[in-house]
Amino acid sequence: MGRIPFFLSEAYRALRRNAAPSLAAIVTIAITVLLVGVLVPVLEASSSKTDDVRDQISLKVFLFKSSDRAEIRDLEEQIAALPNVAEVEYVNSTQALKILEEQLDEQNILSALDNRNPLPPSFNVRLDDPDNLEAVQAALSPSDPSGSPQPVSAAIEEIVVADQTEQIREVTGAVKILLAVIAVLLGVASLFLVANTIRLSIYARRREVEVMRLVGATNWFIRWPFVIEGVVVGVTGAMIAVGILFLGKVTIVDPLSEKFALVENLNTIAFGPLIILLVGSAMAVAALGSGITLRRFLQI
Amino acid sequence: MAYARRRSRTRTRRSRVDEAPTAHARPERPPIVQLRETTVVYPGGHVALERVSLSIDRGEFLFVVGPTGCGKSTLIKLLIRELEPASGSVMVTGRDINEMSRDKVPLLRRRIGTVFQDYKLLPNRTVYDNVAYALQVTATPRAEIRRQVPEILRMVGLGAKIHNYPDQLSGGEQQRVSVARAFVNHPPLLLADEPTGNLDPETSIGIMQLLYRINRSGTTLVVVTHDREMVDKMKRRVVQLHEGRVIRDQSAGLYASEEDTTEFGVRLRSEMGLGEGDGKRD
Repeated sequence: MGRIPFFLSEAYRALRRNAAPSLAAIVTIAITVLLVGVLVPVLEASSSKTDDVRDQISLKVFLFKSSDRAEIRDLEEQIAALPNVAEVEYVNSTQALKILEEQLDEQNILSALDNRNPLPPSFNVRLDDPDNLEAVQAALSPSDPSGSPQPVSAAIEEIVVADQTEQIREVTGAVKILLAVIAVLLGVASLFLVANTIRLSIYARRREVEVMRLVGATNWFIRWPFVIEGVVVGVTGAMIAVGILFLGKVTIVDPLSEKFALVENLNTIAFGPLIILLVGSAMAVAALGSGITLRRFLQI
Repeated sequence: MAYARRRSRTRTRRSRVDEAPTAHARPERPPIVQLRETTVVYPGGHVALERVSLSIDRGEFLFVVGPTGCGKSTLIKLLIRELEPASGSVMVTGRDINEMSRDKVPLLRRRIGTVFQDYKLLPNRTVYDNVAYALQVTATPRAEIRRQVPEILRMVGLGAKIHNYPDQLSGGEQQRVSVARAFVNHPPLLLADEPTGNLDPETSIGIMQLLYRINRSGTTLVVVTHDREMVDKMKRRVVQLHEGRVIRDQSAGLYASEEDTTEFGVRLRSEMGLGEGDGKRD
């Protein structure tokens, strides 16, 4: 282990004497990490927004105003026991009116309606996954032998699915797939970009590696300085990118999030873990890239 | 490695006392290099060496000559296991090097110094660091490296250029660095592949003088060259290859009496019509 100082000084020498290719590798990594660093939160935010939209898809089960409490409680238990149901919320007529008032921003709807509340009580049924909508619907009103749906309880007046459920489901599904494809493509592109830059800088030095082999250096003796060099290049590039990201966060994103709840509420990865992820993966890719590329020149 | 140094020192002393080629000193030890019916076939089917049998004793100074493509360089590559034979065996210090595992190959190469026509120096390192690298691979302590490298560089006559980079040196100087690197471990066997191929006659004699001096310290030398004139003047054992076969193996018969390095240089220069050494000693 007395060789560690030697390997470090070898790596330092290589970086200093090959300043141009090293710089190219650092800049490439910095740009790639910057790109990933911006796109990861953006993709994540879009993905979580999509999830929000999907979560709003729910079933409304309207009840007859005449239903008695026992019936309603029975039905609530029955719905809650169904598979794929995440949450059942009972909304009585008064609550329904309140919600309507809020939505319309009107205070006295009731007086306009001769003090008679026409809204029926209902259940809001939230699902674990919007794709299970049909299953739950079918469970609440299975088809009778003649083919027409029969509600499971006499209290059920109507089961309503929000208008655009189908479209929302399709669009959000497509968006999720698109985001996943972009993320994968970006990952692959950055991997190749970084690996290729490192390959070039090592390729330029393949003669050096050949000489080392001829003098009797073992493969790991040759490889360690290159791996250390890769780590240094990876970390330096990543740190530059993280610095720029931090500046961007402080000067652009933070002021925005103070003004817009929308930006603030975006559900994305925190800055700390993001940095660790970026620096860690840049380091790993650079070090592995160096080590693996060398293999070609280390064949005896 | 310390062992190698010690041994080379005792050998130096002995050869001076005996005043006789060390090759004849130890008949009981196996030859340092022994090829038995060795055939090398390159990918594509070109036969570079065909059933070559060759035995080199310790302390010998052997020339391998022949036209381009006769298999001379292949022979060198075979001995450091850059190539493996299609058939036959290659023994170095009595062991078949093609039976050792791949991870032992670096150990073999540390015990064989190699000098190349194109020097093969590391361009990003100073003269000192180039030579030191050969010691660093064997995990030699720093203090030892600091002591040995300047010593060997003085021996090859580059004491003043220790911190220069290879591209600041002349061809002859670069080849001296290459020789210093090959010899700094004091290997029992030193191979030189066209060491004077790129050098002018005067510089070539300087390199030959250096190799001769190393040989006199007990190291076996195998020099591949197509410089027939030089070979004729040196009066050492000559193996001639033609199309992968040994067509001549002219051993010791023509050996000159033991001469010291300076006498050797003077004789070489006069025989090649270069006048007596213009201040250049070994």
